[in-house]
Amino acid sequence: MSLDAAMPRATAPAILPGSGGVRGGLSDLFWRRPQFLLLLMLLPPVLWLGIVYIGSLFALLLQSFFSIDEFSGLINREFTLKTYGDLLQAANLDIILRTVTMAALVTLAAAIIAFPIAYYAARYARGRWKALFYLGVMLPLWSSYLVKIYAWKLILAKEGILTWLLAKLHLLWLLDAWLSLPIVGGNSLSVSSTGTFIVFVYVWLPFMILPVQAALERVPGNLVEASSDLGASPGQTFGNVLFPLALPGIVAGSIFTFSLTLGDYIIPQIIGTSRLFIGQAVYSQQGTAGNIPLAAAFTVVPIVIMGFYLWGAKRMGAFDAL
Amino acid sequence: MRSDRGPSAPIGLKLAATGGLLFLHLPILLIFVYAFTTEEKSFVWPPPGLTTQWFAVTWNRPDVWQALSLSVRVAAISTAIALILGTLCAAAVSRTKFFGRETISLLVILPIALPGIITGIALRSAFALAEIPFSFWTIVLGHATFCVVVVYNNAVARFRRTSGSMIEASMDLGADGFQTFRHVVLPNIATALLAGGMLAFALSFDEVIVTTFTAGQQQTVPIWMLEELIRPRQRPVTNVVAMVVVLVTLLPILAAYYLTRDGDQIAGSGK
Repeated sequence: MSLDAAMPRATAPAILPGSGGVRGGLSDLFWRRPQFLLLLMLLPPVLWLGIVYIGSLFALLLQSFFSIDEFSGLINREFTLKTYGDLLQAANLDIILRTVTMAALVTLAAAIIAFPIAYYAARYARGRWKALFYLGVMLPLWSSYLVKIYAWKLILAKEGILTWLLAKLHLLWLLDAWLSLPIVGGNSLSVSSTGTFIVFVYVWLPFMILPVQAALERVPGNLVEASSDLGASPGQTFGNVLFPLALPGIVAGSIFTFSLTLGDYIIPQIIGTSRLFIGQAVYSQQGTAGNIPLAAAFTVVPIVIMGFYLWGAKRMGAFDAL
Repeated sequence: MRSDRGPSAPIGLKLAATGGLLFLHLPILLIFVYAFTTEEKSFVWPPPGLTTQWFAVTWNRPDVWQALSLSVRVAAISTAIALILGTLCAAAVSRTKFFGRETISLLVILPIALPGIITGIALRSAFALAEIPFSFWTIVLGHATFCVVVVYNNAVARFRRTSGSMIEASMDLGADGFQTFRHVVLPNIATALLAGGMLAFALSFDEVIVTTFTAGQQQTVPIWMLEELIRPRQRPVTNVVAMVVVLVTLLPILAAYYLTRDGDQIAGSGK
């Protein structure tokens, strides 16, 4: 009897007694079974994202295989590829081509403007200047998207600051000549493709600067010095040393500029011509036209393009620069 | 041999970098001038006169206040949900290695990596299929989904820097799991969570693309602005609201920056 009673006391120093209570019991359970704790931690976020997000994406994908009855306007819930066939109509192909061209041009322009800022911030800015550069990119990045578009509406308006500035510089003839060109022109900059292009570049530029800067931060300064010591001109150093090393960063940034341009429907709606972009086509198909299957099929286009793009970017090592 | 001061930049590079930064900032500054203009009908530059009367007019507009109140409530609740889900996910991913870990990270990042219109229309068609009517909660559902990633990014970066041995030490000293969380883990990740929460708030407060698909008839501030951009009613009021929105989003970003600037990864570098 006394031995039995002594047993727990004898083992106590080696293994601490359970803490008691529900809280203590739970705490012990988590410690003994980390898998259980892991499961408990993962369950809420995975359930949320899995049901709300992935579930919705599948619902959307499913609907792209439905079709719309052209006479009644009702959705026919039978599996068909007819909607994807509709996507290949000349008008729709035109929309896709226009959007992809715009995305490519915006990406190119953003890379060209971003490079000097990123290079200066990475190589020359020190201390307080570095922080200033960082905030200088960060604040426009996080500023309200609509306010930025609105600001450009003010700038590009016919009576706005840009026209005023060009008039002061006696350069209005240049603007008029540009606006009279067929595809890029229009009545004023705020209703031309040029306007759409400028706003796209402006809004997505910070997304390009940050990864390029991250890539350039990793280039040791003496690499550039070595290149010029060996007799390379600044142009050659750029082409053979800096650019190849910055390329993963540029590709990483281009993921954002490309993807965001492909999916945007607000910028071309507010600043631009009446010619549609993919995003606007999706919006009008699901809204006024009520053709959810075609809208769903349209959203598959950027998903597929981005899929290929990400696959290519991964092969170039762009994800290390993110 | 590298010196800290380094050579000074070529003049061309200086000009291009300065020009780029001006290009980024001048348009936003312009908003501040237009908020004071006396011109009502057009965007004429230079402003014919300056006035502060539009601040009073805006103050007395009930639709602006309603939109602001809805935006703040949506952002607060979405941020709270994102804080819980994002922290749990970050803790799970950084503490342990398990099968499917990469998939979880991808799952969290996906809502922000795919264009917003896809998230928006996917949610809308799911609501239609499930016959859920639009409400305050459908907006929150969408916002919380893409806010998780901001909290997650900040928390993961902080967990990576926090040594696991501190938790073991706490347990060795007799603290149970909850005490360890309360007194060791939480103080360590608090500023990262605060920064992540502020960024999530700013993101939700500003979001328009997903919201147009999940909001029904209700107006958040960005929806109100979009409406004004497409069908202008009173342009000076829009100018004032735009300026206020810039200021309101500016503060959390600056705060988040100061909270995390000593870290290896600074908040917000991936929006």
